[in-house]
Amino acid sequence: MKLYEIAHSRAGDKGNISTLSLIPFEEKDFGLLCEKITPEAVKNHLKEHLKGSVTRYELEGISALLFVCEDALAGGVTTSLALDAHGKCLSSALLEMEIEEK
Amino acid sequence: MKDQIRIGCGAGFSGDRLEPAVVLADKAELDYLVLECLAERTIALAQKRKLDNPELGYDPLLERRISSLLPHLVKNNITLITNMGAANPISAAKKVKKLAQNAGFDIKVAAVFGDDVLDQLTGDEITLETKKPIKESGPIVSANAYLGVEGILEALKQKAQIIITGRVADPSLFLAPMMFEFGWTKADSDLLGKGTVIGHLLECAGQLTGGYYMDMGRKQIPDPANLGHPFAKITKEGTATFSKVKGTGGRLSCMTAKEQLLYEVVNPYAYQTPDVTADFSTVSFEEISENVIGFHGGGGTAASETLKVSVGYRAYYLGEGEISYTGFDALERAQLAADIIEKRLKDKVSEIRVDYIGQNSIHKGQTAEFSPSEIRLRIAANCETPEQARLVGEEVEALYTNGPAGGGGVKKYSKEVIGIHSILMDRNQVNPQIEIF
Repeated sequence: MKLYEIAHSRAGDKGNISTLSLIPFEEKDFGLLCEKITPEAVKNHLKEHLKGSVTRYELEGISALLFVCEDALAGGVTTSLALDAHGKCLSSALLEMEIEEK
Repeated sequence: MKDQIRIGCGAGFSGDRLEPAVVLADKAELDYLVLECLAERTIALAQKRKLDNPELGYDPLLERRISSLLPHLVKNNITLITNMGAANPISAAKKVKKLAQNAGFDIKVAAVFGDDVLDQLTGDEITLETKKPIKESGPIVSANAYLGVEGILEALKQKAQIIITGRVADPSLFLAPMMFEFGWTKADSDLLGKGTVIGHLLECAGQLTGGYYMDMGRKQIPDPANLGHPFAKITKEGTATFSKVKGTGGRLSCMTAKEQLLYEVVNPYAYQTPDVTADFSTVSFEEISENVIGFHGGGGTAASETLKVSVGYRAYYLGEGEISYTGFDALERAQLAADIIEKRLKDKVSEIRVDYIGQNSIHKGQTAEFSPSEIRLRIAANCETPEQARLVGEEVEALYTNGPAGGGGVKKYSKEVIGIHSILMDRNQVNPQIEIF
């Protein structure tokens, strides 16, 4: 199945860093996300964009993941030639990822 | 001192809608209304406007926003805090004072400044992005330190009813009235951390109440065209409930709150502001009733000894042109057009980017290949001069008679691009000031 069937996301930007949240609709799916959606999997899925390290934070209190992706915005919001310089649409791209059902 | 205050956020960026703030000021029984209108680059662009006209350099929507709010602020005794001063808080405050006087309101207006540290820059400061001296980024046009609560606190003590700042950290716009009303001090790191969580949740306005959230699946919200902006009821213990005005559209839920809590957060264990190093990692939410959300947790430790400074520099001239192709071979003809443009612009631009809008302009190689029946070709180039930048759009326009069959709807665009790099500065070098009008 696709990630968007069980989770939602919002992309944020700081300079050349993209922050991508990943939040399950049902908290019971948090464990599955933790297991399957590793930083390596995210980097591989968005490899055309993410040129630097990907750090994953697990927020237990809100059952959500946060991916902080370095060198992800074609040089940075203010100087990129990209149409979507902020990388706002990266959240939708992340949610296109395939995830194996348990 | 109060036990509880109500703060609303009526704008989350400079281009935000005007009406939701008016609804908040009219109906939310607010003590404070915050308008957050200053993105990282906005102040550098404002600085350019100030160079052209020393009376300008504040937010272009200042007069419209304030005029629509003034009667409600006075009637309901609400204090307004906004960073719409941008590069020129003093001019902005004078302008607002005049607006108030013309409307017959005798209120104090404060300008908070001291964020402009351009004169103190040596050029040798190392940027956080490039790890090289800032002077190598390009000719510098602006340098603004992120101030904390200090100037706003002083303005509140002097009973200003409208407080207009330049660059202040977004959560500080919200934290200052909490510190003022509850008597929190710089030593109360845990409370400052909780207050910063509250400010962070509110600062993007509609993004907490269903804006930038809705879809046609599991994230539908009621009456999105009438989206209401949020307010918080905050206690002196640092707890809060978030809500919106009854009758407005949108939704406030644990889901919208979670998305906003993590928005633009680089380290949830240490969210750095000039006031505190806040801990977002322990936050949790509970839905108290429909569209009413409570939060638990959050905390903080002492702030860093350095302040972040956004430095604007002249980066390059952007040239852009777009043209559409339709039909069974739309993509192929757009590709032919791009190939022609690349040959014609070769050696005349520094870097060129080709997008096939509808095919791959946002996600290079991420989506499955398909053959759309219409394609919009976008050419964007990084150029050294304004003339070269204009040439990009001119060459796209010239495809009308010198390119593939059937191109239509050309648009062209060029501008100077101001880049932003950040440096750190010792906080003792930065001196927040206020002036009351």
